[in-house]
Amino acid sequence: MTNATQYFAADSARIDLIVVKDMVAANTRVLDIGCGDGTLLRMLAEERGVDARGMELSQRGVNDCVAKGLSVIQGDADTDLADYPDDSFDYVILSQTLQATRNPRRVLEQMLRIGKRAIVSFPNFGHWRIRLQIMFAGRMPITENLPLAWYETPNIHFCTIRDFVSLVDEVDGQIERAVALDPSGAPMRVNAPWWIWNLFGEQAVFLLERRA
Amino acid sequence: MTEIDPLKAGHAARREVDAPHSLVLSLPADRPLMMDAGVALAPLTIAYQTYGTLNADKTNAILVCHALTGDQHVANTHPLTGKPGWWEIMVGPGKPIDTDRYFVICSNVLGGCLGTTGPASTNPATGMPFGLDMPMVTIRDMVRAQALLVDQLGIGKLFCVIGGSMGGMQVLQWAAIYPERVFCAIPIATAPRHSSQNIAFNEVGRQAVMADPEWAGGRYFELGKSPTKGLAVARMAAHITYLSDEALHRKFGRKLQNKTAPTFSFDADFQIESYLRHQGSTFVERFDANTYLYLTRAMDYFDLAEDYDGSLARAFKDTKTRFCIVSFTSDWLFPTSASRSIVHALNANSASVSFVEIDTDKGHDAFLLDVPDLLATTSGFIESSARAFGLTEAKSA
Repeated sequence: MTNATQYFAADSARIDLIVVKDMVAANTRVLDIGCGDGTLLRMLAEERGVDARGMELSQRGVNDCVAKGLSVIQGDADTDLADYPDDSFDYVILSQTLQATRNPRRVLEQMLRIGKRAIVSFPNFGHWRIRLQIMFAGRMPITENLPLAWYETPNIHFCTIRDFVSLVDEVDGQIERAVALDPSGAPMRVNAPWWIWNLFGEQAVFLLERRA
Repeated sequence: MTEIDPLKAGHAARREVDAPHSLVLSLPADRPLMMDAGVALAPLTIAYQTYGTLNADKTNAILVCHALTGDQHVANTHPLTGKPGWWEIMVGPGKPIDTDRYFVICSNVLGGCLGTTGPASTNPATGMPFGLDMPMVTIRDMVRAQALLVDQLGIGKLFCVIGGSMGGMQVLQWAAIYPERVFCAIPIATAPRHSSQNIAFNEVGRQAVMADPEWAGGRYFELGKSPTKGLAVARMAAHITYLSDEALHRKFGRKLQNKTAPTFSFDADFQIESYLRHQGSTFVERFDANTYLYLTRAMDYFDLAEDYDGSLARAFKDTKTRFCIVSFTSDWLFPTSASRSIVHALNANSASVSFVEIDTDKGHDAFLLDVPDLLATTSGFIESSARAFGLTEAKSA
């Protein structure tokens, strides 16, 4: 888990933050895990009146956030979520970071425990361009949004949209909303079937809650 | 070692004890301080300094808590040493703790030797210095005394309480026992309890003082003695723990002091030896040996969780205080792991907490030094807290 923005192209990729922001109700309490330089925290605080807290692994990111007056701690999604009591937050957000955690399943479980809702965004490894690169080049894919080679990427646990949907089911979560973004960052047709999303969605954003 | 005139050292320090160059709050005998040692201390004197102006609502007060060998002279010339205040990098006009906007208070801790009642103060019952008749002081006692001062200044809620090292312990204690009186708290380079290693270092220092025959069971003032040698050794040993190996190496290496070859003697051949001797000899001119014993002991006894059935989280139960916790990568005396345990306890309460570990090779002393990340963190946090507290800018830059 690092400052996500440095691993993703700056222009199109962070549109997912807008999608995430729009899923958060006003005047709620939010924890953003892997908050990077605090862009989302700021948007949430300023535009939604949210009590926004952040956790970030990189020291530089934390220092920048705190100097900007954001409430951020240095911490690791894999180890530091266990301290929080149940239902500490209305939303726990993990944007473009799940694939960089050591134990994504455990992280997702913790998110659904300490948050009433969880919002997760991640790059879809099932996108057709990635499938084509593996199929025809026989190499680990390098794309605009995933620009680093396999040996230097912090992303150690890639998944497809379908993979994620089944993980949600395994950890007793349920999907309240889901949005796939095409390579231009535009949300895809809501009623498209899963296989379309899994093939053409470059990123996905999920709003989750515990299964009742 | 530089020869020290014990009488001169003793006299200068003595003057500040009973007649400090400071503001003084004298609490009458009918308003005693109830101490953890089970003693009602009265009369009580608290020496303090203030900077800036208290606003009409009395909402812009920042309490600075000083460290073991610090004092209330945060941002003014020191009356004994003639040197600048110990935190002028942090406190002053336009500084992170901006005295154009905030009313800054710092008092000499209980047990200190710069005017607040301590072992060097004259015991009104005997007319002689307390010496070891001074009841043992705890961090909580220090904070209770500060609360009396804050009461006296008519301040209900402090906007901010900040301090490093032993000062950070006081910040944590404030947040634990007076949560409704602290809007935001900045404990720097500190720990929720003193570690075994730190108790060990303190014990070495105390034994150095008490092994000096001039200490005379703590009655050195009456006997015209002064345990400057023991106290200097204590300071030398402690000073090493405030620095990092890296910083020492960068600053001194194995360089020789004013010579090109070793003398094959026990003179201060190495620059580091000369530096430490200087630290020791200047320290004893401004500090009281018994105070050193009492304050190191207060740190040893500090274990915040112990007061709450062993649960640090319970010390901060449902706290509304906003915290900003700071540690330094090269601080091995109060390592980041100690700060992280505070963060964990606060997270368990879903408290508002920021936590920054600052990359520096300056060791524990980094909190006193010009470390840009520390200044940026502090001013960013104070600024956002001021907005949240409804403090509007008094003067724009």
